[in-house]
Amino acid sequence: MIDDLTELTIKDAARLLRLGSISSAELVTAHVERIERLDPHVKAYLRFTPELWESQADEADRKIGQGEAPPLAGIPMAVKDVLCVRGVETTAGSQILRGFKPPYTATAVARLFEAGAVMLGVTNCDEFAMGSSTENSGYFPTRNPWDLDRVPGGSSGGSAAAVAAGEAMIALGSDTGGSIRQPAALCGVVGMKPTYGRVSRYGLIAFASSLDQIGPFARTVDDAAITLSLMAGFDPLDATSSDRPGLEVLNSSGGTVKGMRLGVPREYYDVKGIEPGVKAALDAALFILRNAGAEIVDVSLPHTDYGLAAYYIIAPAECSSNLARFDGVRYGLAEVDAPNITDEYMQTRRKGFGTEVRRRVMLGTYALSSGYYDAYYLKAQKVRTLIKRDFDEAFKKCDAIVSATSPTVAFPIGSKTQDPLSMYLCDVLTLGGNLAGLPGISVPCGTSDGLPVGLQVLGPQWGESVVLRVARSYEEASEIRAEVASVV
Amino acid sequence: MPLSRDEVRHVAMLARLGLEPGDEDFYAEQLSGILEHIDRLQQVDTEEIPPTAQVVEIASRLREDEPRPGLTQEEALANAPAKVDGFFRVPAIQEEA
Repeated sequence: MIDDLTELTIKDAARLLRLGSISSAELVTAHVERIERLDPHVKAYLRFTPELWESQADEADRKIGQGEAPPLAGIPMAVKDVLCVRGVETTAGSQILRGFKPPYTATAVARLFEAGAVMLGVTNCDEFAMGSSTENSGYFPTRNPWDLDRVPGGSSGGSAAAVAAGEAMIALGSDTGGSIRQPAALCGVVGMKPTYGRVSRYGLIAFASSLDQIGPFARTVDDAAITLSLMAGFDPLDATSSDRPGLEVLNSSGGTVKGMRLGVPREYYDVKGIEPGVKAALDAALFILRNAGAEIVDVSLPHTDYGLAAYYIIAPAECSSNLARFDGVRYGLAEVDAPNITDEYMQTRRKGFGTEVRRRVMLGTYALSSGYYDAYYLKAQKVRTLIKRDFDEAFKKCDAIVSATSPTVAFPIGSKTQDPLSMYLCDVLTLGGNLAGLPGISVPCGTSDGLPVGLQVLGPQWGESVVLRVARSYEEASEIRAEVASVV
Repeated sequence: MPLSRDEVRHVAMLARLGLEPGDEDFYAEQLSGILEHIDRLQQVDTEEIPPTAQVVEIASRLREDEPRPGLTQEEALANAPAKVDGFFRVPAIQEEA
């Protein structure tokens, strides 16, 4: 008897598919049934793609039958609403793009389609990936499968919640300041942000181009690693993408932390606002890693206190430029009855963008405006250099950095929406990885008051294999596996 | 430093963001709060520090200048809110002579 098909890992599903014990169509049906039962409560998905899942599952079953199954043949996948899929409505969680059907598919998604993945639907997110709770979605908030009164984190909250609830085996997200790792932590799944440049950003609706990276959600480190390896690599359509080595997928016996030095930055360990339950879970994780043979060393990231400030100049500045294209002329919402073109732009953008997006566009425009550029944008870029150097220094003393992913567990819906700064502080442990372009992962490391806690592992640039090795050894030694939430 | 309502109006115009009643006060207050946190950047000595715009070392890539197929006119216009005769339609930007 096969266990619930929505709780399988890629490896187990692939074996059963190749043995002929299950078909891709059955695997998809099991997920669709679970979605029908749970998603009215969780609301992880914005829209579904039945035409795609039917044709892709048929194709997977045909290839498996012919013995030519690609690595992800038949694996059910959810895609964050910031990744373009040809002909599938893609809106970046925003009303300004309602109805937009991209004429092309993002490279990361196209590569996973090529690898046999089956797309179930488009997942909810904070508008233009700006937020840490998915409450800034222009459609509706997503709920945490572990407690429906709490947020799933964000901005990729729909993808994290879908994987946590067994509504997809894997999901794609994007991470600009923590938008994969933080929701992964809050939903108790694995989420990975690769090195800047590891995955092509072609077809990703841009938020902050020097920080954005696409990455996977999964319920095991191996599943995240396989998914990442299949979408990584140089793409002629993204000049910042790269074929650099460092992404060797671990074989089943590989990966031990024995003899590795793991740095605990004291500024992260004692970060302001860290909950006692989160710290306790982190301490337990450090104990397990030490028992597994790692040496835990004290490191310092002295400019941590300035990270949030630098980030909230750089990211809004880049977003104010990237979002200038939403003018109601070529796509999306338009107030076409305006008397002149300037009013048309202004009315379209006032109506189409939500509060957080408008706030960041204003902040970024201000920081780049005449007379303030040196004081804000240039200053933030210089502090970014110092933050990058902090990490360079730390990696001279350790192979990887470990910390909590988020200072808190999932918080109640509505509890931070009135105070933007309190929401921004959710990313205080993750945004440094974006400013420095580092690979990072969040893996489940127990619970606090019944809610999941995430362990973050950061590595040096192009050091995904180091990050995956630590995460995998921790997963093995702790025997903590992402569970599928029962929801209701 | 706090942002005045005039500055909010100026920035909104630069960003082509329309303002509705109450927006000026709302953004003046909220942006001032965020900028107050951001002002801590001024405490950092960056005299000798170069700015970082891009963190990963990559060389500029060049490719052969060869024609490739792009979007068709139909594809490019498919999402347009208003179009006419194969063009995007916008309000006139000049008065008739």
